[in-house]
Amino acid sequence: MLDFIAGHYDYWFIILLLIIGLYGMIMKKNLVKKLIGMTIFQAAIILFYISGAIKADATVPILSDSISNGQPANYINPLPHALMLTAIVVGVATVGVAFALLIQIYKRYNTLNEQELIERMK
Amino acid sequence: MEILQTYNSIIPFYAIIVSIIAVPLIIISGKFPNLREFWTIFAALVKFGLVLSLLPGSIEGKAAIYSLLEIAPGIELALKADQFGVFFALIASGLWIFTTFYSIGYVRGNDERKQTRYFASFAVCLSATIGIAFSANLLTFIVFYEILTIATYPLVIHKENKEAISAGRKYLLYTLSAGVILIAAAGLTYTYAGTLNFNPGGIFKSIKLSQGSATVLFLLFLAGVGVKAGIMPLHSWLPAAMAAPTPVSALLHAVAVVKSGVFGVVRVVGFIFGPEMMYNYGLNNILLAFAGVTIIAASLLALKQDNLKRRLAYSTVGHLSYIVLGVALLSPSGFSGGIFHIATHATMKITLFFCAGAIYVNLHKENISELNGIGKVMPWTMAAFTIGSMGLAGIPPINGFISKWFLGAGALQADMSTALIILVLSGLLNAGYFFPIIHRAFFREGKNLEGYGEASPLMVVPIVIMAFLSLLFGLFPDLFFNFFSTAVNVSSSVMGGFLR
Amino acid sequence: MIERNLPAIIPLIFLASALLIPILGLWKKRISFPLAIFATLFSASLSVYGFIYVIINGTVRYNFGGWIPPIGIEYVYDPLSSFVVLVINFVTLVVLTHSYIPVTIDLEVKQTAYYSVVMLLLLGFNGMIITGDLFNLYVFIEISSLAGYALIAVGEKKAPFAAFRYLIIGTIGASFYLLGIGYLYFMSGTLNMSELAAILPMIKESPTILVALILIVVALGVKMAIFPMHGWLPDSYTYAPTSTSSLIAPIGTKVGAYAMMRLLFFVFGAEYFSKELPVGDLIAIFACGGIIFGSVMAIAQKELKRMLAYSSIAQIGYIGLGIGLANPFGFIGAVLHLLNHSFMKATLFFIAGNLRNKTGNSDITLFDDSYRKKYPWTMASFTIAALSMIGLPPLAGFFSKWYLVLGTIENSKWLYLAVILISSLLNAIYFFRIIEKVYMKSPTQSKDSGTNNFEIKRDEVSASMLIPTMILAAGLIVIGLLNVVIVNQIYKMMPVGM
Repeated sequence: MLDFIAGHYDYWFIILLLIIGLYGMIMKKNLVKKLIGMTIFQAAIILFYISGAIKADATVPILSDSISNGQPANYINPLPHALMLTAIVVGVATVGVAFALLIQIYKRYNTLNEQELIERMK
Repeated sequence: MEILQTYNSIIPFYAIIVSIIAVPLIIISGKFPNLREFWTIFAALVKFGLVLSLLPGSIEGKAAIYSLLEIAPGIELALKADQFGVFFALIASGLWIFTTFYSIGYVRGNDERKQTRYFASFAVCLSATIGIAFSANLLTFIVFYEILTIATYPLVIHKENKEAISAGRKYLLYTLSAGVILIAAAGLTYTYAGTLNFNPGGIFKSIKLSQGSATVLFLLFLAGVGVKAGIMPLHSWLPAAMAAPTPVSALLHAVAVVKSGVFGVVRVVGFIFGPEMMYNYGLNNILLAFAGVTIIAASLLALKQDNLKRRLAYSTVGHLSYIVLGVALLSPSGFSGGIFHIATHATMKITLFFCAGAIYVNLHKENISELNGIGKVMPWTMAAFTIGSMGLAGIPPINGFISKWFLGAGALQADMSTALIILVLSGLLNAGYFFPIIHRAFFREGKNLEGYGEASPLMVVPIVIMAFLSLLFGLFPDLFFNFFSTAVNVSSSVMGGFLR
Repeated sequence: MIERNLPAIIPLIFLASALLIPILGLWKKRISFPLAIFATLFSASLSVYGFIYVIINGTVRYNFGGWIPPIGIEYVYDPLSSFVVLVINFVTLVVLTHSYIPVTIDLEVKQTAYYSVVMLLLLGFNGMIITGDLFNLYVFIEISSLAGYALIAVGEKKAPFAAFRYLIIGTIGASFYLLGIGYLYFMSGTLNMSELAAILPMIKESPTILVALILIVVALGVKMAIFPMHGWLPDSYTYAPTSTSSLIAPIGTKVGAYAMMRLLFFVFGAEYFSKELPVGDLIAIFACGGIIFGSVMAIAQKELKRMLAYSSIAQIGYIGLGIGLANPFGFIGAVLHLLNHSFMKATLFFIAGNLRNKTGNSDITLFDDSYRKKYPWTMASFTIAALSMIGLPPLAGFFSKWYLVLGTIENSKWLYLAVILISSLLNAIYFFRIIEKVYMKSPTQSKDSGTNNFEIKRDEVSASMLIPTMILAAGLIVIGLLNVVIVNQIYKMMPVGM
C-alpha cells in the first residue's frame, strides 16, 4: 500500500493541483482568482502528460548514436511534450480571451466580485 | 372474406388537396367576400364530385389507392379509398356544401370578424377530414389527424373572448395529448406488427401479443382516438368547444372532427386489432363499458344544460358512443348499425345545430329557457328541429330509428341485454331532453317576439334540406349512395371470418 | 482530384478567410461581409459535392503533411461527418445572410473582427467534425470555444460576464476531455480514432478506460449543454447579439453532440458503452432530465430568446436520448434531430432577431395581434417552426420524435417514451402561448384603443432577413416530407455492426 502511494507520488501531486484548481474556480468569488484556478487546473493536466512520458533511465529524444545506441527504448516518449506545447498555446489563448472579458466586465460594472456583479446586473 | 381489389387512382389525392388549393385563393380574395365564398362553394362542390366519382368503384369492392411518398422507411403516406373511407368522405364533403351556404348566412347575419380566416381554416379542416377518411395506414391517419387538430383551433377560438380562449386551450390540451398518445400507440404497433396498414380483420393475426400488452396498447389507442370521439372521461373539451360559431359546431363538432375520432375507433377495432383479438382478449368489454357509461352519463348531463348548444354537445357525446357501442358489440348488425349511425347522426345533429345557429343569429338567444313561443316565429326552423330530435330519440320513420334498430339487433346477436337496456334507456333520455324544447317552442306563449321572422334563406334552406334528408334516409336508407348497404358491406368485410 | 483533398480544404477555407478578412478589412471595412459569405458559400457548395461523393464512393481519408497515421494526423470524411459538415455550413450560410443587417446595426465598428472570428468559429466546428485524431479534436474544440466566447461577449451589457462564465465552464470541460484522452493515450499508445477503436476491445477491462470514457462524456456533455451541464447556455444565448445567438444556437451544441456520437459510437462502440457499461442509460436519463427541465423552464420565461435557450436544452436532450439508446432507431433519431433542430432553432432565433430589429426587444409579454399584421410572414414562419418543435406531422420535428419513439420501444424503455410524449405537450404549452397572443387581439389592448379604426400597416423586416427565415421554415416542411431520403442516408452513416 505504501509502495503504491510512494510509487505514484507524481500523480498525487497532480490530483492535488487539480483539486486546488477546481476549488479556485468554484469557491472563489473574485473572477481573477477563478481564472487563476483555471490556469492551475490546466497546468496540472499538462504535468500529467509530461509525467506520463517519463521512463526510468531513458534520455531526451534526440537522434544520436552517442546517447542511445539507436535503441528507441532508451528515449522518453516525445509525443506528450509536443502535445503539451499545443495545449500550453491553447491555455495562453484562453487566458488572453479571459482577460479581455474581465477588462470589459470591470469597465461596465467597476467590480470583479461575482456576488456584487450579480447584484448590479439586476 | 373476399380479397379487396385495388386500382391506382390519383382522385383520392385530388379530393383531399382541392380545399387546400382553395385556401390561398380564399385568403387572396379576402377583400371581396362574394368571390371568397365562391371559392369555398366551388371547392366544396368539386370535392364532393371527386369523392362521388370514387363511389361506383367502392361499391363494387374496389378501392382506389394512391401512394404519395414514403414518409418513414417502410411506411408510405398512402391513400386508400375503401368503402368505409368513401362512406365517411361522402358524408363530410356532402355536408360541407350545405354548411358553406349556411355559414355564409351565419357569419354575415352575425357580422363576424376575421371571416377570411374562418373560411380558410374550414377548408383546411375538410382536407384533413377527407385525408383521415382515405388514410391507408395509421401514420397517414395521424398526419391528417394532427392537421385537423391544428386547423380546428382557429375556429374554436374564433370569437377571441375569454371563454373562447380558455375553450381553445382546453381543446388543445385534450387533442394534443391524444395525438402524442396515438403516436406512442402507433410506435408500439409498428414495433410489434411490423406494419401500420389498415387491414379489414386486423393486422395482428399472425403475431402473438400477450394479454397485458394488448390491453395496454388498446387503452393507448382508446385514449388517442377517444378524445375526438368524446368517450368519457375524455369528452369535456367538446361542450367547451361550443364557444365556436355555430356552423363550426355543426359540421366539425357534430360531423367532421368527432366522427374522425369515431372513424379512428372503427379503424382501430376493425382494421388494426380485428374482432377476433378484441373478443379473445376481452377488449370489446372495455370498449363496451366506456361506451355504455358515456351514453347514459352524457344523456343525464344533457338534461340539465340550459344552453341549447351545450345540450346538443352532450347529446353528441352520447350519440358518438352509440357508434362505439355498435362497434364494440362485435356482431354484424351492431357493427353495421354503428357505422350507419355515423351518417344518420350527422344529418340529424347538423339539423339541430343549424337550428340553434338560426335562433342565435335571429333572436340572439342561446338558452332553452328563453325559447318560449319561438315555434310561431320560426316555424320552418322549429319543424326541422322537431324532426331532428325525434330522429335522435329513435322514433320512426326518421333515420335515427334505423341505426338504433340495428344496434338493438346487434346487441341481441351478441347476447348482450345490458347494451339493449342502455339503448332503450338512452332513447327515453333523448326524448326527455329534446321534447321540452319542442314543447316550449310550440305550446308556450312567448314575449317580445314581434317583428322577428325566419332567418335568411341562406340558413333556412339548408336547415330544411337537412331535416328532409333525415326523413328520406329513414324511409329509404339506400336511396342515395347506397349508404346502408355500404355500412353492411364494411361490417361483413371486418366481421367476415369472425365467429364467436 | 479535389475530392481527395476535400477534408482539408473545407477547414482551410475558413482559416484563410479568417486571416484574409482583417487584412482586407483594413483597406475597406465593407468587404468583410461579402468575403465571409463567399467563404461560407464556397465551403457549403464543396460540402454538398463532398457529401454526394462520399455517399457514392465511400469514405475519404486525408493524411496531413503526407504522414500516415498513427504518426500523422488523419482527417476523415465519412458519411456521418460529411453530412454534419453539410448541415453546419448550409445553416451558417443562411444565418450569415440573415445577420447582415443585425451585424451592421449592433456591431458597426467591429464588423471586420466579428466576421473574422465567425470564420475562426467555423474553422473550429468544421475541424471538430472532420478530424480523425483525438488531440486534434481538442484543439478544434478550443478554437471554436474561444471564438464562441468572443462572439458572445460583444452582445449586451451583461454579455461579457455570461461569456466569462461560459469560458470557465467550457475550459473545465475541455480540460476534462484532455485528461480523458490522456488516459486513453497512455493505455493504448495512439490518438488516432480508428486505430484506437481497433485497440480498445483488447484493453477495455481496464478501469482506466472507464474513467477516460466518463471524463470524455462529461466534457462533451458540457459542450453540447446536456443537463445538468447546461448552466452556461441560457445567459450566453440571451445576452449574445442576435447574430451570434442565431449562429451558435443552431450549430454550436450540435457539433458537441456530433463529437459525442463520433467518440461513443465509432471509438468506444455502442456495445461497450451501452451494454457492458450503464453509460448509455446514464446519458439517456440525464437527457430525459434535460428534456423536462428545459421545457418547464422555457414555460416560465418571459423573453423570447431566453425561452428559446431553455428550449435548446430540452431539444439537445432528444439528441442525447438518441445517443443513450444506442440502437439504430435512436441513432437515426439523434442524427435527424441534429438536422431538424438546427433548422428549427435557426428559424426561431431569426424571428427573435427580426422582432428585435423592428421593435427593439423580444419580450413575450408585449406580443399582441398587431405583430401578425405588421410581420405576417415572420409570424407565419414562427408558427411553422413552433408546430415543428411541438412535433406535429408532417413537419420535420415529428419524424425525429417518431424514430426516438421507435428506439425507446425497441429497448423497452417506457420511462423515456413517456418523457418524449410529455415534452411534446410542454412544448405545445410554451409555443401556443405565443401563437395565441400573436393571432388574437389581447383583451387589454382592445380596451385601451377602444376602436379598431386605426389601421396597422404592414411593417415586415427587409428581404435579407425575411427570406432566410422563410427558407428555413419551408425547409422544415420539405425535410418532413422527404425525411425518408435523409434516413436512407443515415443508415449509411451508422457504425459497422449496428
